[in-house]
Amino acid sequence: MRAPGRIVFEDVSKFYGEVLGVNKVSLDLPPGVTSLVGPNGSGKTTLMNLMTGLIRPSRGRVTILGLSHRDPEALFARVGYCTQFDSFPRRVTGRSFVEGWLQLHGAPRAHTSGLAAEALERVGMTEAADRRVAGYSKGMRQRVRLAQALSHRPEVLVLDEPLNGLDPMARAESLALFQALGREGLHVIVSSHILHEVDRVSDHVVLLSHGYVVAEGQIHGVRTEVTDHPMQILVRSPQPHLLASRLFAAPHVVEVKVHPDGNGLLVRTRDASAFHTLLNRTVLEAGIDLEAVAPADDDVNAVYQYLIGSETEAV
Amino acid sequence: MSTDAPSNTALGPGGGAQAGRGALRLRQVVAVARLELGRALKGWRSLWLVFLAFAPCAVITAHALHDEHGSVHEETLVLAGIVQFFYLRFAIFFGCLGIFVGSVRGEVVERTLHYAFLAPLRREVLVAGKFLAAAATSVLLFGGGVFASFTAMYAHFPAGREFALSGGALRHLGAYLLVTTLACLGYGAVFLALSLVFRNPIVPSITVLLWETISGALPVWLKHLSVTFYLKPLLPVEMPVEGFSGLFTIVAEPTPPWLAVSGLVAFVGLVLAFACWRIRGMEVSYSTD
Repeated sequence: MRAPGRIVFEDVSKFYGEVLGVNKVSLDLPPGVTSLVGPNGSGKTTLMNLMTGLIRPSRGRVTILGLSHRDPEALFARVGYCTQFDSFPRRVTGRSFVEGWLQLHGAPRAHTSGLAAEALERVGMTEAADRRVAGYSKGMRQRVRLAQALSHRPEVLVLDEPLNGLDPMARAESLALFQALGREGLHVIVSSHILHEVDRVSDHVVLLSHGYVVAEGQIHGVRTEVTDHPMQILVRSPQPHLLASRLFAAPHVVEVKVHPDGNGLLVRTRDASAFHTLLNRTVLEAGIDLEAVAPADDDVNAVYQYLIGSETEAV
Repeated sequence: MSTDAPSNTALGPGGGAQAGRGALRLRQVVAVARLELGRALKGWRSLWLVFLAFAPCAVITAHALHDEHGSVHEETLVLAGIVQFFYLRFAIFFGCLGIFVGSVRGEVVERTLHYAFLAPLRREVLVAGKFLAAAATSVLLFGGGVFASFTAMYAHFPAGREFALSGGALRHLGAYLLVTTLACLGYGAVFLALSLVFRNPIVPSITVLLWETISGALPVWLKHLSVTFYLKPLLPVEMPVEGFSGLFTIVAEPTPPWLAVSGLVAFVGLVLAFACWRIRGMEVSYSTD
């Protein structure tokens, strides 16, 4: 089945000899920012390499926008991949590296120069573009590889641990860039083991462990599916004790704690929907002031901890 | 970093050109070759090739400084020996081993091959571009070396200069350059293919060297699988087969030159087709290379 606008894995497995890379992965990724999250060795890079044909599945099929690696001319005109390999051809400058790669597309030099300049500007590397890559810091090398991956304005951008080596400012800028690209309608596939960073920009997450997809979807939806762990909800109110006494009676509420700052509650419930109904009714009946209600643990980190538990190395 | 969206005018499939696929692929072959030439010729790592290609010229020049009365017959035999034994058996073989194996395996070692694999070009185009660049490098180097040796051999004495400008000597030179070119193409194709089959192509390359060495003693149908089989009929000067050197001298059936050239070109085509088939299934997994 060809899916023109999506990235599709159909029962994909990859074995390196007897070692499992990924097993029985079926995914259908929509446009937007998708994060592949998991500890080292969970299969993130394998999935990305499978997507781009750097490695071939032992079983199953991968298509990007309906295209497979068998048609590289069409596929890589629409896909950019920034790998984890921190290596460059000898003696290149940032600009010659990006321009040289663009020339492989068969486009005239005048055109490739403009695209390279645009990509380098986008990643904030214009000033250092004519210096040798060998003299760059790790963060600069990372940014130049990112410029190369997006220089031909791909529709799908695959980024393997793109935040590695970046300083906090550059991380924030990169995340903003990924978010902007996602809003433009691109597929931006980002892998990371730093959960809280990708959590902020992801429209979609795929949680991986030991080569298996343990959960995928929008993070809130994934959290709702985790029924073993009651959801934690933060309720901001100047009357926390009164509110706590009313809420605790409900059977689906398993824990109510007054927030350390004394201006709210942390409630754990097995049924978030029923809790919100109860909360609405309670504040109306008792005339309690309510300032804010927000989920306290439907971020990637919490979901990952619930699903994978102590075996995760993610931070 | 800027989060501003650029206008959406991507290169499009394969560069977005309206030109046909053939023209596009030709441009891509040239682009690969140009990048490859830049990679191969820069830096001190390629100096050994220059030394290898021009070492005989230096030796001949040193000899010429002390001998102003050469004999055309002797010098012609010496030059034929240099071309057959040094260039064909040693310099071109090992030079091409370094150049052609390095063009793919070198990129694996440097972990840069994935950049080409992630570009919108067929891997066959990549093979063609790399082969073209490596062939140009080796032909330029060893052709230059042979030409310089020829010049140094005859330029140091009057009879030699007279002979060098005669039709006969120029035919010799043309034949040597043709043999050098074909040897570069033949060995180059073999080494390029080997680099796509073996992680460490040194052992199979030594096997190829042994094969080429004993090919003269092989049955006719096996001789067709050696590069020197096709080159021997093109050499203008027959070397005497005697003593130890006989082991390294090919005894071939007389083959018309046109058949030798077209046979080698067909051999190169077949080996390159195999290389294209190999690279199509190649995976990038540097940790295991």
